[in-house]
Amino acid sequence: MTPIPRDLIQAARLIERRELSPVELTQACLDRITARNEELRAFITVLHEQALATAKQAEQEISKGHYRGALHGVPVSVKDLIDIAGVPTTSGSAVPARIPRHDAPVVTNLRRAGAVIVGKTNLHEFAFGTTSDETAFGVVRNPCDPTRSPGGSSGGAAVAIVEGMSLGSVGTDTGGSIRIPSAACGITGLKPSHGEIDCEGVVPLSTTLDHVGPMTRTVADASVLFAALAGHASARLDPDAASSHASLWLGVPAPYFLDKLDRDTRAAFDQTRARLGSAGQNIQDVAIAHADRTADVYLHIVLPEASWYHAPMLAANADKYSPGVRLRLEMGAYILAEDYLRGIHARPVMRKAVDRALEGLDALLLPALAIGAPPIGAQSVTIDGNAEPLRALMLRLTQLFNITGHPAIAIPCGTGSDGLPRAIQLVGHRGATARLLEIAATLERQIMPDAGSVGGGAG
Amino acid sequence: MDVQAWLQHALADAESRGLGQLKPLLEGLARSTQALRDADRELEHPAASEDDDAHPA
Repeated sequence: MTPIPRDLIQAARLIERRELSPVELTQACLDRITARNEELRAFITVLHEQALATAKQAEQEISKGHYRGALHGVPVSVKDLIDIAGVPTTSGSAVPARIPRHDAPVVTNLRRAGAVIVGKTNLHEFAFGTTSDETAFGVVRNPCDPTRSPGGSSGGAAVAIVEGMSLGSVGTDTGGSIRIPSAACGITGLKPSHGEIDCEGVVPLSTTLDHVGPMTRTVADASVLFAALAGHASARLDPDAASSHASLWLGVPAPYFLDKLDRDTRAAFDQTRARLGSAGQNIQDVAIAHADRTADVYLHIVLPEASWYHAPMLAANADKYSPGVRLRLEMGAYILAEDYLRGIHARPVMRKAVDRALEGLDALLLPALAIGAPPIGAQSVTIDGNAEPLRALMLRLTQLFNITGHPAIAIPCGTGSDGLPRAIQLVGHRGATARLLEIAATLERQIMPDAGSVGGGAG
Repeated sequence: MDVQAWLQHALADAESRGLGQLKPLLEGLARSTQALRDADRELEHPAASEDDDAHPA
């Protein structure tokens, strides 16, 4: 049996040197899906034949010296909210799926880079949730502890990486749907700057808040997948060159963002901050004005935008939605235009506030998720003796940067005493996603010298 | 429409559509809407400026 390399870049190096067959690697990933999907429900559609045909083509091209770059012959997966021509886009719902005639531009870019798409991953229905347990295709389970949620909405995408079912996944993030499952499962997830990756051919949740981005084992892997998704020319691999070496200036937005954390998350964050300080990074406290308005602004944008998109489908198929998702969509229809516009007009104010917090800094440093992966089915969790609604708590640290459009990345920073992964989040300057990736690569090495080792299965 | 009046309309409509389960969600949304409106000045609503000269009678 072909061993699956630990990360995408390892696989790419072996493939480029013709020491690893794309066909054998793809078969190994398909075997992992077959072995584990019944329990974990990471995939909705598995593209066995298509994937093996693409892998065979990649192998032939590479053997003739036509190596396209780091994704050539590498198995990847795509969240089932993103169109692949001729394959149902279910969005994790029992609402009748659309069968697109065209690939989404991000899929076209993956194909151009030579990636092998092994299948479409499970998600919280229509990306409207953070736990991936409201889906018509089986509750997604966290490989670190199958009684726990993998987070969401891109839950299946995160599980696919942890389990070695694919070496890169494409997710979407409207309030944290890439960063939350990445944090809950111990992988890396990037939400690029707003508008940097084309959302055409992606079922929208909120047309002004949606982002597409990569989910991988490591920051270097995320850089490779990000470049491909954005349609940038594939560069030769040199992850060392991506890391900057000078001391960085980092700001910790303590008010609001450190107010509600579980004990293990706080300990992991404090330990990470101390480790980075010892490694020579300059870290200071900062404040982001209006941060405590985040949830109110977010709610008055995401709810009406989601309701607008779903109105025709709700009229025809209301009974096919999961009850919780349906109720949230129905709720959005009641928001007045005046209050939607309040949310829209607050965005530049909040964007300016994050810009100001970043002045003179390379990045903001904060936790990515306030808790470890929650038990499946939980509606609330207790922090400092107070019951907190789960959904609001899971979105609390990520959704501001969907409102403002700043790039943000979640990277693992260890595990709690509960054995569950914890993660930090780095937020960069708008339009400077590549620089954020450089910063993240540097810090990843200082936080987790054995980057990408969290979780199991891909060995 | 003030938030309380909006909430009463929304609750009545939801009830008439057989969506009584929306009640706690709409009540939570009403609190959030009120908070957002109360933040008009802070979030620079153009007609809620603290600079009176910006809005002559």
